[in-house]
Amino acid sequence: MTAALSLRKVTKSFGPTEIIRGVDLEIATGERHAIIGPNGAGKTTLFNLISGRFHISSGEILLNGERIDALPPHQINRRGLSRSFQITSIFHNLSVFENLRCALLWSAGYRYSFWNPLGRQRELNDHAGRLLEDLNLTARRDTRAGLLSYADQRALEVGMTIAGGASVILLDEPTAGMSNTETDYAMELIRRVTVGKTLVMVEHDMKVVFDLADRITVLVYGQIIASGPPAEVRASRAVQEAYLGADFSAQAASEVAA
Amino acid sequence: MRGKYAWLWIAAVVLALAIPWAFYDFHTGRHSGFVISMLSQMGMMIILALSYNMLLGQAGLFSLCHATFFGIGGYATIHFLNAAGTGSLPVPIELIPVLSGLSGLGLAVVFGYMATKQRATAFAMITLGISELMATAALMFHHFFGGEGGVTTNRMIEHSLFGLTYASGLQVYYLILAWTLLATAAMYFLTQTPLGRMANACRDNFERAQFVGYDPRRVRFLQFALSGLFAGIGGGLYAITYEIVTFDALAAPLSANALLMAYIGGTTVFAGPVLGAVLITLLQSGVSLMSNSWLVYVGVMFITMVIFAPAGLTGLILAHRPIARAGRLGRLALPYVRIVPPALALVLGFVGVVELTSFLTIGAAQGKSLVLFGNRIDIHAAMPWIVSTVALVGGAAWLRVESRTFGRVWESVTADLTPVRA
Repeated sequence: MTAALSLRKVTKSFGPTEIIRGVDLEIATGERHAIIGPNGAGKTTLFNLISGRFHISSGEILLNGERIDALPPHQINRRGLSRSFQITSIFHNLSVFENLRCALLWSAGYRYSFWNPLGRQRELNDHAGRLLEDLNLTARRDTRAGLLSYADQRALEVGMTIAGGASVILLDEPTAGMSNTETDYAMELIRRVTVGKTLVMVEHDMKVVFDLADRITVLVYGQIIASGPPAEVRASRAVQEAYLGADFSAQAASEVAA
Repeated sequence: MRGKYAWLWIAAVVLALAIPWAFYDFHTGRHSGFVISMLSQMGMMIILALSYNMLLGQAGLFSLCHATFFGIGGYATIHFLNAAGTGSLPVPIELIPVLSGLSGLGLAVVFGYMATKQRATAFAMITLGISELMATAALMFHHFFGGEGGVTTNRMIEHSLFGLTYASGLQVYYLILAWTLLATAAMYFLTQTPLGRMANACRDNFERAQFVGYDPRRVRFLQFALSGLFAGIGGGLYAITYEIVTFDALAAPLSANALLMAYIGGTTVFAGPVLGAVLITLLQSGVSLMSNSWLVYVGVMFITMVIFAPAGLTGLILAHRPIARAGRLGRLALPYVRIVPPALALVLGFVGVVELTSFLTIGAAQGKSLVLFGNRIDIHAAMPWIVSTVALVGGAAWLRVESRTFGRVWESVTADLTPVRA
């Protein structure tokens, strides 16, 4: 079976600085994969490379067995890979409902249509309505997205990321800046809306990582130093030394991250 | 704009139909030529401003070459009318604006392909280049543009769907009105389609638009091309009305005017540019008769709006909606009344200084003298200058104090209200 996402010898340099230094990674279909690592390790850059926001310097990236590393972001998205951003990225002057509807348009086949009145597209509008309910944002339906609370904006961002039905979802620190309650709620939401999808997430909260991930990859200075099931990564001496210090444990890690 | 505003649109249409009859002179049996031509001008300007706002307000594209597409629609229409007049183009005059629109669309496809490769500042600079390019082209290619004198036609081509000759201004006005309504309805429809919505989305966050599957460049391009289509229709109506199109119809000042109308009316509401176009045309027709300096007033008004009311007049009006909904409009009445005298003093003082200065220079050259309420004002005496200056400076200081009070009341009234989406 082909992997949902494969990275082969991927490198990325900005000028003379090599940020990603030869990453090989296979993520199986349906897997929940967490990428962790200290600040500046290149986690977000890796996401930007996979999603097409930046182009790689060398190597290959494959989505369901097909090369995507030379494609622009919108085409990668159309092939079934969707991402969220560390810094909330929504359409702030549009209503919550419009945000979700925009996120659905392409996958619903509307393309650049200027002849379908949106108000009459019952199936599309029902779908956006169901998403609102899934995200628990129905009461905020007509609120301008820019005026939502931070946690609601993060929820909306996750909603827009999964709306189009992408099979591979990249979430960049979905719980960053959230309180503990909010984090619990967000993780519950993410778990619920990504059932059956391949999930790759960058996350600092170790509790979240060890709770949710099937496999964990540790990235340090643009290289993978460990990749495997949580127990294996937890036990890895390289990880303990390079990343979190010698007396590494899940508890200590969550404290460091918090 | 939702269903509940339908009555406003209906009222506007009824008004537009009726106004010529309000200025009907029963003695001579004629309509007021001034009013008819002003209304006709409004129609074209509404189309121009609305189509400009498809870029500025709806797609966040700051274009400086919008008159290019209005102008090309105008020039092309002159040639279409000439061809139709000789019988070689079998199109009734009522449908000629379709061809005008296609001319605008064609050129917007070409220029849009270049300009929409970029967004934001780079886009604005490319459109500035296009505007200059077209201005030069208009003076170079005499066959099509007719050089400095422009090109002329005769709109009485004797081919009409309704057997009309369009000899009278009123018939032309109703033709313009019909097209203005059609174009406005079409542009409103576009705002409610996937393309229209994604134009908003790309304006807000082009990067996110990419990650929901849209190519922002393609969105910009299509929006730009369609906006050129409507500008072309406006230009076609211009050609039909004036039967002459010159350099002015595609030059930079008209592009600036499109921006002015859209911005002053308000770019965040669909109907904003309509209000702006009506207002600016009224000023242009009315104030320009009274004063040489009317452009100064428009300019100052524009600057004031940009600084104090970036959402335009419709934005100002809509800001009151949540207050009205909460039943607190009454609390603003007194502060509003209090702000009127200083504002009036400021405006009158400013007008006084501008007019005195203008009569000192341009007025003197034209041999005119300043007349106020039937009294000749001696512009070389000290008194008018002192009065104007005192009103200007005093009004400004007073307004500053009053506006602080006003601001406090506004804050207290709106503190616990959620802003309403435009």
